[in-house]
Amino acid sequence: MKISLEHLTKIYPNRTKGKPDVIAVNDFTFEIPDGKLVGLLGPSGCGKSTTLNLISGLEAPTSGRLFFGDDDVTNLPPERRGVGLVFQNYALYPHLTVLQNITFPLENLKGEEKLSKAEMKEKAYEAARLVQIENLMERKPSQMSGGQQQRVAIARALVKKPRVLLLDEPLSNLDARLRLQTREEIRKIQKETRITTVFVTHDQEEAMSICDEIVVMKDGIVQQISAPQTVYDDPVNLFVATFLGTPEINVFTGRVADEQLFIGDEAVLPRKGVADQPVYAAIRPEGFIPDGDGPFSMDLVRVEVLGRDTSVVSGHPDARNLSVRSIISSDTKVDPGQARIRFSLKPWKVYIFNRDTEERIYPQ
Amino acid sequence: MIKKNGKAWLYLLPAVLFLGAFMIYPLVDVFIYSFEEGYNSASQTSFGTGLYNYAYVLHETYFLQAVKNTFILVIITVPLSTGFALLVSVALSSIKPLRNLFQTIYFLPYVTNTLAVGTVFLILFKPMEDMPGLVNMMIQAFGGDIIDFIDGPYWAKMFVLSFYTVWVVLPFKILILTSALASVNENYYKAARVDGASKSRIFFRITLPMISPMIFYLVITGFIGAFKAYSDVVALFGTELNAAGMNTIVGYIYDMLYGKSGGYPSFASAAAIILFAIVLTITVINLMISRKNVQYA
Repeated sequence: MKISLEHLTKIYPNRTKGKPDVIAVNDFTFEIPDGKLVGLLGPSGCGKSTTLNLISGLEAPTSGRLFFGDDDVTNLPPERRGVGLVFQNYALYPHLTVLQNITFPLENLKGEEKLSKAEMKEKAYEAARLVQIENLMERKPSQMSGGQQQRVAIARALVKKPRVLLLDEPLSNLDARLRLQTREEIRKIQKETRITTVFVTHDQEEAMSICDEIVVMKDGIVQQISAPQTVYDDPVNLFVATFLGTPEINVFTGRVADEQLFIGDEAVLPRKGVADQPVYAAIRPEGFIPDGDGPFSMDLVRVEVLGRDTSVVSGHPDARNLSVRSIISSDTKVDPGQARIRFSLKPWKVYIFNRDTEERIYPQ
Repeated sequence: MIKKNGKAWLYLLPAVLFLGAFMIYPLVDVFIYSFEEGYNSASQTSFGTGLYNYAYVLHETYFLQAVKNTFILVIITVPLSTGFALLVSVALSSIKPLRNLFQTIYFLPYVTNTLAVGTVFLILFKPMEDMPGLVNMMIQAFGGDIIDFIDGPYWAKMFVLSFYTVWVVLPFKILILTSALASVNENYYKAARVDGASKSRIFFRITLPMISPMIFYLVITGFIGAFKAYSDVVALFGTELNAAGMNTIVGYIYDMLYGKSGGYPSFASAAAIILFAIVLTITVINLMISRKNVQYA
């Protein structure tokens, strides 16, 4: 089921006098293609959870329209939209067993849709098999680990065969190892069921690893909608560039003069066709090559050996980050004793942004 | 063990001393008195030991009347006040405007003096020579006859007492239940709404089980509180409760000790032990029922 947002806006009126209203979601217009897993990514307060609540119907938009396929669902209550919702804290009913939790949505069906007890049980087991918890059906939520509880929550969301599956930070309450495992599983279940899924997260790595498409948001405004690799390789502005990637991209204040990018006094890279102006230059950690004759010099702080890679931590007065991090292959040896280190740059890992608008100006 | 935890015992000492002197010792003493026949507290002598005190108390009409009154009061007021408190709390939780005002109004009886409230009830229910009282004025307006709720028929007196008791215990229960309702995580309701549960289903399948420990707490303390009713009865019907036929078990105990016909600590002790046995039995039954029906998350 394709989801279309058309100028969707949510404004929370501020009750305190004199303070402005909060625009949680500002004029969202985009499409979530059928059968895809789409991640809403952004820092807290960017409006991603509000967007999810608007799609689920738990909140009504201030203006704009929402379509599932060709159906206008803007004014439909949540139960008639056919959505399954998974919460960050699972929201499993603590007094019900796993089986009762999963059958709960089925028991609410009325009229022709009403199911017999046996049918409910069968459907519940079907959903439970999908997330591999069919041997835990008689347990109470408190007798299970976080990962198992999350599976139950997913089974409960899927049991009614919803048109859309919504996941609100589903991995945030899990420990690191479980998080990896569960996210693979969510991906697998999504591929098996081919259900259109919206996944809210503030963790860029999570979004990058499992989503077909990422919607990057900030302050209620969509920044960029693209495939994960595109968002990483082709960020439209400085925010997107800094939000994606670990370690974070290195940002320098610099200027373009005579078709050269200057950071400090050094002309670090030729940039043809860019007008002279003050800029932000952002360089991915993997964009540095240690090179004794390189154009870009920095103070060497320390060298961290990470096994497969080596992380070179250095400092530069024009860097916006506290320290400049570069990731280089561990085959390249760096003498940790030297005070200065010189780099040459991979041109395709260097982005130039306008100093005022922070929009990207190079590559064009 | 005492050596190892010496410091802990030292800290506990003041509490242990006070509890021992003013709680444990009297309790044991009451138990002993209840078996000592004709105990005289002035001379500290008795005729002997046995079950005579119990036999006497259990055969006395005043005591049986008090037991009957107490049981009726308990059976009427505990379910009624708990159910009504639940209703009010749910209503309070689902409104936004004026919630604080209503909360304050509902809480007023809790901070009002029992005897003052008793006076108000007298004005409401007692027909005087020159005016029939507010309630009777309403009854008259609907074409009924004046009923003396304070010195009249038994059922009328019981009605006022029950009404009064429910009204007095309501605020505390509302307070407990509104906070219990507020502590239910919002996400459960969101999940239930997405799952298509109707309002009544959400209430019975989710809200009620989630606050069931608090309801259970209120039922148990409600039972115990109602069994110990006394001051409310005095506030409404005065101190001559046996004459009014409105005595309670605690009232009977008091009368046996300090009343006009009092001075019988042995009978009072026996009655107190009987009350204790009743409360214990009821509480054990409550616990047994709750084990099946109360959901502890």
